[in-house]
Amino acid sequence: MKDPIQVRFSGAGGQGLITAGIILAEAAMLEGRNVVQTQTYGPEARLGSSRAEVIISSGQIAYPEVTSPDVQVCMSPEAARKYAPKTAPGSLVVLDSTCVRDEITTTGRVARLPITQAAVDLGNKVVANAVALGVVNALAGIVSHESLVKAVVARVPRKYAELNERALTVGAELATSAAESAGAQAASS
Amino acid sequence: MRPQRLVQGNEACAHAALYAGCNFYAGYPITPSSEVMEILAQEMPRRGRVFIQMEDEIASISAIIGAAWGGARVLTATSGPGFSLMQEGLGYAAITETPCVIVNCQRWGPSTGQPTKGAQGDVLQAIWGTHGDHPVIVLTASAVRDVFDMTVRAFNLAEEYRVPVVLLMDEMVAHMRENIDWPEPGEIPVFERRKPADPATFKPFGGDEFVPFGTGARFHVTGLAHGPEGFAVADENAARELKRMVGKIRDNVLKLTMVDRYRLDDATIALVAYGITSRPAQSAVDLLRDQGIKAGLLSLKTLWPFPDDAVREVARRVETIVVPELNLGQLVREIERSAAGMCGVIHVGRVDGHLLTPTQIAQGALQQEAVRA
Repeated sequence: MKDPIQVRFSGAGGQGLITAGIILAEAAMLEGRNVVQTQTYGPEARLGSSRAEVIISSGQIAYPEVTSPDVQVCMSPEAARKYAPKTAPGSLVVLDSTCVRDEITTTGRVARLPITQAAVDLGNKVVANAVALGVVNALAGIVSHESLVKAVVARVPRKYAELNERALTVGAELATSAAESAGAQAASS
Repeated sequence: MRPQRLVQGNEACAHAALYAGCNFYAGYPITPSSEVMEILAQEMPRRGRVFIQMEDEIASISAIIGAAWGGARVLTATSGPGFSLMQEGLGYAAITETPCVIVNCQRWGPSTGQPTKGAQGDVLQAIWGTHGDHPVIVLTASAVRDVFDMTVRAFNLAEEYRVPVVLLMDEMVAHMRENIDWPEPGEIPVFERRKPADPATFKPFGGDEFVPFGTGARFHVTGLAHGPEGFAVADENAARELKRMVGKIRDNVLKLTMVDRYRLDDATIALVAYGITSRPAQSAVDLLRDQGIKAGLLSLKTLWPFPDDAVREVARRVETIVVPELNLGQLVREIERSAAGMCGVIHVGRVDGHLLTPTQIAQGALQQEAVRA
């Protein structure tokens, strides 16, 4: 894993992106690393744009915001248009294909995955943030899956803990299947 | 490393208040300070302490002043629009020498402005917002652990100097989460209020002891100019009291100065920053050093009384001071005054509601280099 690593979640208010950022930060903290989690959102309680950022480092973190994300997830068309193009070559860009349907030009490595649909299939759209976390962590290997589970259980209401835990696993499986199909495509071309 | 906790700035502020013995909170919720109030709404009653949601910010500051005179250690937290409403009460707290802590999580202003966007636009207001010469201490914080420490310091200084202490945070540090060492009880000193030996002969003003109502002392508390017993005075007696009140802060500037220094020893360019802006400034120092430019950072934690000596000492040694602020030029005026022509002073401001980046600050410094070369 890159150290320090910069992670950005972007989308709309109400998608739980800030919670996703908090959980990732907490998981990394549990593994003994320094973390800063910041956020930007508008005055609206729901919708409007929302962004959560996490920096994870074995050293001290001075500037608390992301300057160039190594990993990012975009969960709305606006967020994808705004953030996906501006990224370092080779960085990871995950697009939630349930929400983002347009073509996005970016120098990053793109993974299009039906994150929100996976949450709906699990029975509750609100765990799309946990699915996204599972995806990102499986693709980028930021923390162990166990740390992520521990952090989720600590942060979400108890009655939703199990659902969130399943969402993390579904996200990880989604990422693995995507990686495998990408591998298969590469082999056949 | 001790077990860490992931904590938000506002959460650190609320828990630090409990740590410092705060037992009375009155407030009116406002973004981006609301978490302070939300947490204390849960934690204060649980500990048998008093929490009141007031009808507005004027009532909030009035309530904490009254509670302080009832013997409580008091806090209110707000943001720009609420802080403007509190100015009258702040003056009353100053002239009645009431120990109290006011947290202002600065947001983009004036007026309603942008509630969820950070700024450093209330600096001069925190120092001069209420009318008349008056004593006040203004502190800032640039990290979550720093918020904890400075909140406890704010309570200590309010008690020690019998003044309102304003802790200036901002939306960014208020909402940011970082892993911190959670202070153990006793780890940070908590100043105990000085009590008079004999309440019967206690004079409420002019000394540094404080005694609440209902404990045997007889006195008067008023916003009028007053003497040691609290009764109205005029002419040279009013002048004497005002000078004493302002002097108890002004004359203790060295004791009250809190600064951090970073790579300053051989610096030819000094960044002078405070609050959240110290963070990109520190990264900017590293960026400039990577380019062979000897940069350093003086980070101010005390904004008032203004740390003149600390700034002068730097101004004497460097060619340029760069002042990054999330405003159009506020504390830079004090810094220019302190530097008194000993070095160049340039301002790098940002007012779009976002934090200055290290690159923006470094570029500001580099432009100055280019001008000189």
